[in-house]
Amino acid sequence: MKKVFKLADLDCANCAAKMQNAIEKIDGVKSVTISFMTQRMTLEADDDSFESIVAKAQKAIKKIEPDCTIVR
Amino acid sequence: MKYRLSKKEQKTGIRIIASLIAFVAVFTIDKCIDLASSVGGKLGWLLPFFLYLAIYATIGYDVIFRAVRNIAHGQIFDENFLMVVATVGAFALAIFRGATGQKIEGFDEACAVLLFYQIGEFFQRYATGKSRKSISSLMDIRPDVAHVLRDGETVDVYPDEVQVGETIIVNPGEKIPLDGICVLGDTSVDLKALTGESLPCAVAEGGNVISGSVNLTDRIQVLVQKEFHDSTVSKILELVENASDKKSKAENFITKFARYYTPTVVLCALLLAIIPGAITNNWSAWIYRALSFLVVSCPCALVISIPLSFFAGLGAASRDGILIKGSNYLEKLSKANIFVFDKTGTLTKGDFAVSGVFPAERREEALRLAAICEQGLSHPIAVSITKRYIEDYGDEIPDGYAIKNESGLGVIATLGDEIILTGNQKLMSAHGVQTQEYSGAGTAVYVAKNGEYVGQIVIEDELKQSSPALIAELNGMGCRTVMLTGDSELTAQKVAQSVGISEYRASLLPQDKVNAVEQMLAAKSKHDELCFVGDGINDAPVLMRSDIGIAMGGVGSDAAIEASDIVLMQDDLMGIPAAKRLAKRTMGIVTQNIAFSLAVKAAILVLSALGITNMWIAVFGDVGVAILAILNAMRVGMTKHKKDKSDPKTD
Repeated sequence: MKKVFKLADLDCANCAAKMQNAIEKIDGVKSVTISFMTQRMTLEADDDSFESIVAKAQKAIKKIEPDCTIVR
Repeated sequence: MKYRLSKKEQKTGIRIIASLIAFVAVFTIDKCIDLASSVGGKLGWLLPFFLYLAIYATIGYDVIFRAVRNIAHGQIFDENFLMVVATVGAFALAIFRGATGQKIEGFDEACAVLLFYQIGEFFQRYATGKSRKSISSLMDIRPDVAHVLRDGETVDVYPDEVQVGETIIVNPGEKIPLDGICVLGDTSVDLKALTGESLPCAVAEGGNVISGSVNLTDRIQVLVQKEFHDSTVSKILELVENASDKKSKAENFITKFARYYTPTVVLCALLLAIIPGAITNNWSAWIYRALSFLVVSCPCALVISIPLSFFAGLGAASRDGILIKGSNYLEKLSKANIFVFDKTGTLTKGDFAVSGVFPAERREEALRLAAICEQGLSHPIAVSITKRYIEDYGDEIPDGYAIKNESGLGVIATLGDEIILTGNQKLMSAHGVQTQEYSGAGTAVYVAKNGEYVGQIVIEDELKQSSPALIAELNGMGCRTVMLTGDSELTAQKVAQSVGISEYRASLLPQDKVNAVEQMLAAKSKHDELCFVGDGINDAPVLMRSDIGIAMGGVGSDAAIEASDIVLMQDDLMGIPAAKRLAKRTMGIVTQNIAFSLAVKAAILVLSALGITNMWIAVFGDVGVAILAILNAMRVGMTKHKKDKSDPKTD
């Protein structure tokens, strides 16, 4: 499943790159791109665990930029 | 485009200004009367220390807070943390000097570094936010509302809530939210948001309207034909919004580079502090130099400005009706040097026209007789003949003839004992008519009356007016141009000559076109990029196979948008060199930014290692470069095309 999320309060371009790296390493993630310019994350991951992967991604994002949230 | 500062930014701004004033005041007083010695004594350094510490805390508390928080999260190579280490280190050095009775220096520096860092960050955020907003607004063609008629009343809903078959009302000045048919009212619409060209286009009752265009003059009612997610505007938005996901090599390089840059610089800083420090035993000097390293350890200038340059490029292109599906295609297009064109519908108009009638003295007669046969037929050749006759001789075409269509041969018209034959060579020989064989380019249609040969009409696909100029421009850029066509060798040669194209492949069936492109792809060198230009209708496989597929005239054609990498929304060939120029410009600016940022950082690193510069220069170098790179990136979007000059709507 592939889904596009908006990221709120993504303030730093370097952080966006770091988040992308971190999320790529989550189990079940097929591909992820975070665009600082459009403030969007395109996430492709396994269907059955999609929700839990999004939750993990949110955690990884919080670790790097605590204010930044995935808009659902 | 107005960009308002958020509450948070306003607060930061005030804090920066207050700290800056306080800093300048303390700094000036300190330099004039030397605060430490004015108090005197062994602990005199404490006065400037506390003054600067107060300023430091005011300006930097959030940076310190973030640094601590991120350390707790295991983010060691975080720019906040490194900034704090650098400045706290400078403070510590100054305390050390003060406590050991040396001349104190470094408090002001630590404050200034953090202050300038904050100012730089502030401007950086401001510039990025502003440019991101203004570029996004260029691409924003999303309609907000649809006035739908339900049970005789008008209800305002989101466009995605409207069903197929419902009727919506569009007032003048509003965006048309969904694709449909105009069922009430005549108006004109502007497709500018889709094609980049401001051209009012009349729509009558029964005409199609496309979502994303703006209704100009009159209120209309539209019968919705497609749901929102299938409508033109959605397709285009999806394409544009996904464009920055497909990252270019330059962007990937930067992301990779950033990953290693910070740890490397930090490691170098450590080594620089320890090794020469231990050898010379002059610890404070070497630690100070190492701290300057930390100040330039953030790759911000690159990480922001490179994607921003591409984003600005994509935005500028879409403003001109050129949709590019990713930064990678923009990068490839800048290098594209083989342009392969499909002939029909791309270089030529795709509709046929009479190019000659032989013999010339019987032109009127030949055309009239052919028009009698062909009138009312929908075949493109028939249409072109009747059109030519009416345009040149204006008369009504005589009618009353009995028309018999001989499939694959031509048409026979009879009235009384008058028999007119219009068709190919086979039809003529079947009726025993002697003709002169035609050997030029194009298709010949023979005309005979009562068994006697009258003449031949040559039909050719008309060239687009801009084709020769396009090829000349591409050839001028040093590109190789190739034409693919299903036409005969002769026709192909003639067309190639008249547009000035250097190579052509003739008599190709649709599947041969894929093979031809595959061969060229296999034969090209690694640095070449092959670009195929087609109308996107029957050449989708070729569009997909080539390095860059460009489809012409994409409005309303989903197939073209799907299959291609770049879509020219207007059917204007000159969009190709325009897009190529824009791509080159973007890549130029990207290269400048990479080279400039790296050069300045390297220079600062070398100079600080040698002890020539100080932390002041380092922080200026760091944030200054970032701001300059952002401003440079914004130049991409400022390209003015000729078209724009006639466009009164500026932002």
